[in-house]
Amino acid sequence: MDVQKIRKDFPILQREVNGQPLVYFDNAATSQTPVQVIDTIADYYKNYNANIHRGVHSLSQEATDAYEAARKKIQKHFNAAQSHEIIFTSGTTHSINIVSNGYAELLKKGDQLIVSALEHHSNIVPWQMLCEKTGAELKVIPMNEDGVLIMEAYEKLLSDKTKLVFVNHVSNALGTVNPIKEIIDKAHAVGAQVLIDGAQSAPHIQADVQALDVDYYVTSAHKLCGPTGVGMLYGKQSALKRLPPYQGGGEMIAEVTFEKTTYADLPHKFEAGTPNIAGGIAFGAALDYINNIGMDQIAAYEEELLNYATDLLKKIPGLKIYGIAPQKTAVVSFNVEGIHPYDIGSILDKLGIAVRTGHHCAQPIMDYYQIPGTVRASFSFYNTFEEIDSMVEALKKAIQMLQ
Amino acid sequence: MGTINEVQEEIVEEFSLFDDWMQRYEYMIELGKSLPLIDKQFKTDDNIIKGCQSKVWVHADLEEDKLVFTADSDAIITKGIIAILIRVFSHQHPDAILEADTSFIDKIGLKEHLSPTRANGLVSMIKQLKMYAIAFKTQLN
Repeated sequence: MDVQKIRKDFPILQREVNGQPLVYFDNAATSQTPVQVIDTIADYYKNYNANIHRGVHSLSQEATDAYEAARKKIQKHFNAAQSHEIIFTSGTTHSINIVSNGYAELLKKGDQLIVSALEHHSNIVPWQMLCEKTGAELKVIPMNEDGVLIMEAYEKLLSDKTKLVFVNHVSNALGTVNPIKEIIDKAHAVGAQVLIDGAQSAPHIQADVQALDVDYYVTSAHKLCGPTGVGMLYGKQSALKRLPPYQGGGEMIAEVTFEKTTYADLPHKFEAGTPNIAGGIAFGAALDYINNIGMDQIAAYEEELLNYATDLLKKIPGLKIYGIAPQKTAVVSFNVEGIHPYDIGSILDKLGIAVRTGHHCAQPIMDYYQIPGTVRASFSFYNTFEEIDSMVEALKKAIQMLQ
Repeated sequence: MGTINEVQEEIVEEFSLFDDWMQRYEYMIELGKSLPLIDKQFKTDDNIIKGCQSKVWVHADLEEDKLVFTADSDAIITKGIIAILIRVFSHQHPDAILEADTSFIDKIGLKEHLSPTRANGLVSMIKQLKMYAIAFKTQLN
C-alpha cells in the first residue's frame, strides 16, 4: 500500500488549517472523499442527471442503470444473497429508524429488546421511542472497565421474551470490536432477530452478512469515503418482507386506489420518494475505491497506525486511554489528567490537528467512566506515522499551555 | 469602575499587545484565573449555561442597582472567556448590560480563534448574562 500515492487522491489532505498542514484524525465522524468519488458525483450531474425507475427516456435509463449497478456493488461488497436485500437510505440513523418503526407493529407489551452499553445515541433513542410506543422493555448488555461487553451478562438477558438485539460492530467512542458473530448466534438460539450497526466497522472490517447470518446490517457511505446523506439497510429477504414500510409515497407502491394501496416489492417498499441518486452511485464508487486498495491491506495498515499512536500516547504522563479491548479499530479515546478534553481539542485545532472532543454521542459510556468526554483521534488508511508524530508534539504543547 | 465601553476598550488594548494566537490563548487562560468564582451553593445544574460543550456556571447578585456576576467552568479556556465577559458586564446597571454591544469580541479576535462549538457557547454565555439583566431589571422596577 503506497500511502503517499493514495493521499494524492484526496484533495482536502493538501490544504492547510490555521496556517498548519491539516492532520485529519476525525475519521470516525466522517471520512474524506477521494477525487474518484467526487468525479462520479460531478459526472452524474453533468451527464445523466434524471429521475430513476420511471422515465422512458434515455437519461432516466442511464441513471437507473448506474443506481442499480451501485446497489449490486454494495450487495457484492457485503456479500448479500440478493440485491433487493440492499435498501438505500439516507444513512445509518435512517436505516435504524426504518427497522425500529416497522417493529412497532411487530411487538407487544412485555417483549424485550437488548442493546449494548457501547452504543451511539442513534442506536439507543429510536429503540427507546419504540419501547414507549409498544410497552416493550429495553435491556442493556453491560461493559467492563476495558470497554469490552460482558458476554455472560448478555446470555443471562436472553430469553424467549427477547425479540430483537441491536449492537454496533465497533464502538464509535472507544473503537472496541464487538463479538457480533457470537451475539448473533446466541440471539438466534432464543428466536430473536439481530441488527448490527456497522457505521464504524464498515470502513475497517469486511463484513459478510451471509456468514454472519445477521438479520439487519446498517451503515453510512460517508464513513467509507463516500458522500454524506446516503447509506444502506441490509435485511434478509424474510426479515424485510415481514417488516411493515416506514414511509409512504411514490416509488414504494404497486397500486394505489383511494380504497387500498398495495406496496411494491423489495427494495422499493422501503424507498419512497426520489432517492439521493448521485449519492447512491457515489457510494458504489467509494466501495470500488476501497476494494481497489483492499480491505485487508487497509485493516493491516490501520492496525499499525493504532499501535504506533497508542505506544506514543501512553508515554505522556497523566494520559489515560479509554477502551483497551484486545480487538480495536484505529481509534484512540483519551484524557489528560486535570485537563478538559475540550481545551485540548481547541489547542490541537489551532495547530492544524482535527480530533473530536466530547461525549461522541455515547453519553452512557462517559457516565460509566464518570468523565465529561474524551479526546478522540481516529485514523484512516490515508493517515501517516508522521501525522501521528505531529499530533503527539501538538499534544505536548497543549498540555504545557493548559496545565 | 468604567462603563461597559471603557472596559471593552481596555480589553481590546490588552489583547492587541499579542500578535499570535498562542499568546492570546495564554492570556485568556491567565484571565480565567482572576475570575470571581461562583459560591459553591450556586454551582448547581440550574445555573449551567446550555449550549457549551464544557460546563459553565453563572450566578448574579444585585448590589444596589448594579449586577455582580460570579462564575466557573470545568474547562480552562472557557473559564477565560467567561472571565472576560464578566469583567465587561459585572458592576453594571441592567439597562447598560441590555444595551451593550459586544462587537469587542471580534476586535480581540476571540471569535475567529474559537472553534464553532465554542463560538456558539460564547453566544449562549452573552445571552445568559443578558437574561440575568432582564430578570433583575424587573426587580429594580
